[in-house]
Amino acid sequence: MAVDTMAGGTTDVPTVPTIVLVGHGMVGQRFLEALADRGVTERARVVVLCEEPRAAYDRVHLTSYFSGTTPDGLALAEDGFMEKHGIELRLGDPALTVDRAARTVTARSGLTFGYDTLVLATGSFPFVPPVPGKDTEGCFVYRTIEDLLAIEEYAATGGTGTVVGGGLLGLEAAGALKGLGLDTHVVEFAPRLMPVQIDEGGGEALRRTIEEMGVTVHTGVGTQAIVAGEDGRVAAMSLSDGSTLTTGLVVFSAGVRPRDQLARECGLPVGERGGIVVDEQCRTEDEAVYAIGECALASDGRVYGLVAPGYEMAETAAKAIAGDAGSFKGADLSTKLKLLGVDVASFGDAHGATPGCLDVLYSDSRSGVYKKLVVSREGVLLGGILVGDADSYGMLRPMTGSVPPVPPERLVLPAGAGGPVELGPSSLPDTAVICSCHNVTKGAILGAVTEHSCTTVPQLKKCTKAGTGCGSCLKVLGQLLPPAEDKGLCGCFAHTRQELYEIVRALRVTSFAALLDSHGREAARGGEGCEVCKPAVASVIASLAPSIGAPVHVLDGGQAALQDTNDHFLANLQRNGSYSIVPRIPGGEITPEKLIVIGEVARDFGLYTKITGGQRIDLFGARVDQLPLIWTRLVDAGFESGHAYGKALRTVKSCVGSTWCRYGVQDSVKMAIGLELRYRGLRSPHKLKSAVSGCARECAEARGKDFGIIATASGWNLYVGGNGGADPRHADLLAQDLSDAELVRLIDRFLMFYIRTADRLERTSAWLERIEGGLEHVRDVVVHDSLGICDELESLMSAHVAGYRDEWADTINDPERLSRFVSFVNAPDVPDPSVRFVEERDQVKPDLDLLAGPVLLAGPTLAIRTLEGTVTA
Amino acid sequence: MTIELLLDDAWFPVCDDALLTPGRGVAALLPDGSQAALFQDRHGALYAIGNRDPFTGAYVLSRGLLGSAAGRAYVASPLLKQRFDLATGTCLDDESVSTASYAVRSQ
Ligand SMILES: Cc1cc2nc3c(=O)[nH]c(=O)nc-3n(C[C@H](O)[C@H](O)[C@H](O)COP(=O)(O)OP(=O)(O)OC[C@H]3O[C@@H](n4cnc5c(N)ncnc54)[C@H](O)[C@@H]3O)c2cc1C
Ligand code: SF4
Ligand code: FES
Repeated sequence: MAVDTMAGGTTDVPTVPTIVLVGHGMVGQRFLEALADRGVTERARVVVLCEEPRAAYDRVHLTSYFSGTTPDGLALAEDGFMEKHGIELRLGDPALTVDRAARTVTARSGLTFGYDTLVLATGSFPFVPPVPGKDTEGCFVYRTIEDLLAIEEYAATGGTGTVVGGGLLGLEAAGALKGLGLDTHVVEFAPRLMPVQIDEGGGEALRRTIEEMGVTVHTGVGTQAIVAGEDGRVAAMSLSDGSTLTTGLVVFSAGVRPRDQLARECGLPVGERGGIVVDEQCRTEDEAVYAIGECALASDGRVYGLVAPGYEMAETAAKAIAGDAGSFKGADLSTKLKLLGVDVASFGDAHGATPGCLDVLYSDSRSGVYKKLVVSREGVLLGGILVGDADSYGMLRPMTGSVPPVPPERLVLPAGAGGPVELGPSSLPDTAVICSCHNVTKGAILGAVTEHSCTTVPQLKKCTKAGTGCGSCLKVLGQLLPPAEDKGLCGCFAHTRQELYEIVRALRVTSFAALLDSHGREAARGGEGCEVCKPAVASVIASLAPSIGAPVHVLDGGQAALQDTNDHFLANLQRNGSYSIVPRIPGGEITPEKLIVIGEVARDFGLYTKITGGQRIDLFGARVDQLPLIWTRLVDAGFESGHAYGKALRTVKSCVGSTWCRYGVQDSVKMAIGLELRYRGLRSPHKLKSAVSGCARECAEARGKDFGIIATASGWNLYVGGNGGADPRHADLLAQDLSDAELVRLIDRFLMFYIRTADRLERTSAWLERIEGGLEHVRDVVVHDSLGICDELESLMSAHVAGYRDEWADTINDPERLSRFVSFVNAPDVPDPSVRFVEERDQVKPDLDLLAGPVLLAGPTLAIRTLEGTVTA
Repeated sequence: MTIELLLDDAWFPVCDDALLTPGRGVAALLPDGSQAALFQDRHGALYAIGNRDPFTGAYVLSRGLLGSAAGRAYVASPLLKQRFDLATGTCLDDESVSTASYAVRSQ
């Protein structure tokens, strides 16, 4: 029966042992990593049979697909992982049968693989209660990316959606339906929500909060039948209380069952309620076969439906295969989740099952907060439930099993009532497990800090894996890091740029001196400031100028003295003291007439010309005193400042888009020009670059930009936080399929939020990686307005747009500003003799030999480069 | 009021003080063809040092940003950001390097 043509068939004579993994889910992938860590992949051939059409992804964060995470973004394995370790991953090719006597597995493709070791990591399948009509079109489950894609497509027409099951996954599914714009209902058979994890009080608090969000909750009723309409699609659901619920879509989320069928069929023992029976090494009755993750019935008689115990099993099995010691005897069911934006956590003996235990309870239904701790008579913390505010979970869970350093009531009371207890991790022993997903102790984290000099949470994640699972330990990880040294901007200010931004905005401070004298460090007050804070503050004032009543022109008021030389002369200083000039060419689109003007100006002033990466033209080699003359010509021809000299918007590149390109789906040039004109002159913590591509082929390289836009058939996708340069980063998807207006509004908010919260000289990429909560947080703020500041961000941007004026046009029309553009204050008509050029490839380049001498002695009578060209003395 | 630099025992008039912006510098051409960078701090104090940045050879120090540390004023080169003490012309980041310094007054 086996079509056995490929390497790996039974006819192969393997020279190395073969390990076959069935199921490439979260636990399967973790198992492969554990094998690789132990070097097993070098010694053995590893074949992975994967049923799904894609490699393992983060199922725990599945729902984040609806908030913009792409399926690729959910992928678990690092790029190149399989190739690097020589693992053969067979996508879309599930195992159908196992022949234990022959030690072979046959896959759907017809191929048969011989194994020395077989590992089953087949996970669970969603349980669909056997109600009549359960297979009607419009009924779904919620487990895979494909399920989500199908739900999304079906829900596109709107209407009502109902989730059967009010447990953890059901509420997640409900959140997703709500997000898809459906009128959402949850039907739960038990008398409360999340019956497994939380108690009645917690369930009530959760219910109230969820109902306030507009999700209708029906508890204590069962689903009796799914009723189809005339078109054969779901139309309603009849309930056990006799009522009928009109609904166009049903998601079953009534629990999961272990996928143990393969094992059953090859005669391996399975539990009464399912699950492949394994011992403490995760081995089945057959020495050569292991089972791990949700499909396994662990030695403590339980099937674990959470990822952390699955990971532990993966480690255990890998150890056993590598010949190392290890065991899995069971795990606790602690979880922390954000369901529909509500924090819910339960840990340890959450239901108070320990004989003689006591409850400590705090409940405030106004704010939807419910906290319960279970303690023993001796005061040992046994477990607890937190709803509405689970911030303390990261600390309480590792404390379980010990006597907390303060009375338990102080751990549940809100700050202010009974005293604020922000318990820090210093009260935990080194053996306390801080990250339960990856079983990382406090001692291991402190070790990473001292021995591997980790100083940030991302470094800790990389070094110890802590925090890379559910994320609930991140807060405590942050607290375990040594206090960051002085975060102040510079020697003059103890505040960060972001704090200074808020001060300037709130107090409407319009001068650097006033800010320094009122908010600088004691010793710096009354001084000059420094080269770090002056331009940083100038940028803050400039970006807020229209709304705090500061002069808009960067050379006005006290601002002139703050700008570095580039901003001061509105041009870029080059190595011999000359400047370069970049006129704005929005979207990279330019008429032949304007192109000719640039050529003529460059020729007449003897400038070196080069095309930039941002689709414009850079003119090099202008002396300070030539800048106004050059700009008079450029402004006359309709050019304006390109702000190449400022920390400001540079360019919005574009491809030709749908106008010319046969693949284009939107007019990328028009959009790019619109955006460039909207954000021109916007001062920011660092330069800002953008690009717009007319289709997914991405010719404009938008994902290498601070904000990049890629056209889709129905609108625009917005990516943020990309950059090229020394440390390139691809931009992340912020939102999809936006209309023109939605796109602009979102960019307005994004840019203003960045300008408001970034550090000095922090590109959007570094900012996204640094700020707490990362991309998700930024999306919450700018898409969902979680901080309620979007109106303000938008009005700041409209003030900018309304207040924009071309700096160069303003400058050449103002004799006072022009007086600054001289080489010498005491000889305004004398050009600087040190700025000279030699020829190379038919253009000029700086004469560096001239500068090399110790002191230049040159009289003002020296002949120099004139309008007619380069003339040497 | 005129700003003057002391060159070889004689005061050389440079410009009217209204041409200076507190916190910034300007370049002055000296009779021997060399260049000075002239600064005024926010309290009105005047400074003059050589305009040539010894690290790059470019005549640009007058275009650097003025700062102060521990009560002493300095300018940071606009090219590679080395700082020069405005009273002595010594580079604060590399004491073996310095530029000229001049006595300056407002008459
Ligand atoms: C929406 C959602 C939210 C969740 N949230 C959380 C949470 O917050 N915290 C938490 O701890 N857990 C959560 N879970 C549970 C968590 O995802 C699972 O515990 C975890 O994925 C289990 O990993 P696994 O590898 O055992 O199973 P899976 O990840 O399901 O992987 C099993 C894989 O095996 C494949 N397979 C099955 N049979 C075969 C075969 N015969 N041949 C080849 N391949 C096969 C399946 O297609 C699947 O890809 C959530 C689950 C869902 C669906
Ligand atoms: S991104 Fe698309 S539309 Fe733009 S040039 Fe490339 S293929 Fe054409
Ligand atoms: S506890 Fe889940 S990532 Fe650390």
